[in-house]
Amino acid sequence: MRMKNKAVVTGNGVLLEIADIYKTFGDNRVVEGVSFDVKAGEIFGLIGPNGAGKTTTIRMIMDIIKPDAGRINVFGEALKERAKDSIGYLPEERGLYKKLSVVQSLQYIAALKGVPEKQAGQRAGELLKQVGLAGHSNKKIEELSRGMSQLVQFLTTIIHEPRLMILDEPFANLDPVNTELLKEIIRGLRGEGRSIILSTHRMNEIEELCDRVFMINRGRGVLYGELNEIKSRYRRNSVFLEYEGELGDVEGATRKQDERGAAELVLDEGITPQHVLEQLVRRGVTVNRYEVSTPPLHDIFLQVVGEADE
Amino acid sequence: MNKTWLILKHEFVTTITRKGFIVMAVLFPLIGLAAIGIFLIVQAASGPAAEAEIPRIGYVDEAGGFPDYEGDYGRIVLVPYTTAGEATAAMLDGDIGEYFVIPADYLQTGVVTRYLTQKELEMPGETYGAIRSFLLENLLRGQAGPEVIERVQNPLGVRTVRLDEAGAPATDQGGFQAFLLPMVFGFLLVITIGSSSGYLLQGLGDEKENRIMEILLSSVSTMQLLIGKVLGLGAAGLIQMVFWLLSSLFMVRLASSTIGGFFSGIDVPQNVVLLGIVYYILGYLLFAVVMAGIGAVTANPKEGSQMSVLLILPAILPFYVAIIYLRDHPDHVIGTIMTLFPITAPMSVFVRMGLSEIPVWELAASISILVLSIVGGLWLAAKTFRVFLLMYGKTPKFGEILRLLRQS
Repeated sequence: MRMKNKAVVTGNGVLLEIADIYKTFGDNRVVEGVSFDVKAGEIFGLIGPNGAGKTTTIRMIMDIIKPDAGRINVFGEALKERAKDSIGYLPEERGLYKKLSVVQSLQYIAALKGVPEKQAGQRAGELLKQVGLAGHSNKKIEELSRGMSQLVQFLTTIIHEPRLMILDEPFANLDPVNTELLKEIIRGLRGEGRSIILSTHRMNEIEELCDRVFMINRGRGVLYGELNEIKSRYRRNSVFLEYEGELGDVEGATRKQDERGAAELVLDEGITPQHVLEQLVRRGVTVNRYEVSTPPLHDIFLQVVGEADE
Repeated sequence: MNKTWLILKHEFVTTITRKGFIVMAVLFPLIGLAAIGIFLIVQAASGPAAEAEIPRIGYVDEAGGFPDYEGDYGRIVLVPYTTAGEATAAMLDGDIGEYFVIPADYLQTGVVTRYLTQKELEMPGETYGAIRSFLLENLLRGQAGPEVIERVQNPLGVRTVRLDEAGAPATDQGGFQAFLLPMVFGFLLVITIGSSSGYLLQGLGDEKENRIMEILLSSVSTMQLLIGKVLGLGAAGLIQMVFWLLSSLFMVRLASSTIGGFFSGIDVPQNVVLLGIVYYILGYLLFAVVMAGIGAVTANPKEGSQMSVLLILPAILPFYVAIIYLRDHPDHVIGTIMTLFPITAPMSVFVRMGLSEIPVWELAASISILVLSIVGGLWLAAKTFRVFLLMYGKTPKFGEILRLLRQS
């Protein structure tokens, strides 16, 4: 999806900077010393278990609630009301006016984000066409299916062509077709140099889309960095292979799983994947697939949260 | 476009297109028009027939000296009978509705006896007046002139003239008619304020329940949201109030020209209209900011409505106090207290306007206190918005509300 472009802040490449923020409700400290930044043109994963402080952090970014301490800079300056016009926010708790039509909903939210009425109408038409909802533009929100109304909600997040988007569980309640459609749109937005904060429990989607991630647990940051770097940091030093022939004992490696011509080999200390591959080739094993195994983010998530809870 | 204006426009349009709002707006004028119409229909239907249904009352003069000479006994015609038997027969035949006997010792006792076939709670005033006039005229005939007899019949007619400070007849002469209209306006004012701020409460509750609030707050500030909502709904309520005022003027004129009588004496003074608008605006703003606070705190519209009753009840208190007490003691200090207390001020000013003159200092103080209360209420409502608007689930307890507000 092509968006009419606005100038996107580059500078040092950082659109959003969060430095050591705290938030307490009553006796409950919900966010404690959280710091991260989001760069232009990246999809940034904000992950963590339920109640970890993700939504509170997002609400502080949106200036819906104020941090007790710390600093939030958006587009190179301290958070100001006007910055909201350049941020798109899809909250986890979805909501639209049930009695308004689809196009009225889009126009109203766009107007609140500073888009002139005529431009908002035109843009609403374009977006609805691209997600296949053009025929529903005059239907009331209450007449739409859950998935459709979620698509409309997503469109309200991007109708004003924001530089930064915060999407909280954007794929919930969507069927596979619409999930793919949304992913395509999100990738397209990144391609235009816009930044997206993606908060979701679905680790496969984080792995598929995100460049960097920040994991929060019990209000504190527990993991932060490039996704690839994190995955290699938590690599189990094993390889996965699909083969034909007799595998037998492999020197310097232990077979962890071996079923129907597929096996995972855990390598001994100091043994490289190349060494094992050479050994297999020498022994005449036909290797159909060979890859250095990295743990899924899901496992890293469980491990990190488990360690933090101990 | 200014975001407060956008929210104002959205709330205004949403409210005035609600079925409930339209019904409320047209219901009051429709009831008035229907009442006038029904009166005229009944009057037209009963007019010619009334001649045929003139009540006929028989009498038997056993004392002597009470002949009928066709005096004015209101609508009643008196028919003489020689004996009680004749009168009873005539009554049973339906020639007369009832009869009375003037006994031989009437001059000593002053008692006559009525005979009738129907049950009644008490003697109708019209019948009593007719018999009394008949007896008086006969008693005084030949002993006094017609003017004296007339004065004895109606010895007292009072015309009260209220003078202004210059000693000239005042424009506002007071009385029940002058009391009625401000009272009705006051009541409508509180209904309008209550319904407009009720819409605010309902809207906030719905937005909380539908989870739209977070979307709105990610686009506008809490103050923009609060002011936009309050003014949008207030403008809708003001339109309703102005519509009611104009339709009241129209109906009073219509009733005056068609029904006349009591309605001819009703006037709508300009100060009632002016103060109506001022107190509507101030009263509404106060109620709206308080309702906004309630709407932010409560978990759903139902709980919000229950809590708002605590605000509406004191608002209409002056209406009852006026009927029970202030009517006879218009300058009592309780009137002043209710005028100064912001919640009771709008209704209090209206009911007192019909009863007596409200000192200018009281009005100035009342308006000042209302304005200060609105500013304070707005500050508190904005704070409440920020703390509670995104809290879903159950309504926090009062202590928790205070604690969280203190901490914020």
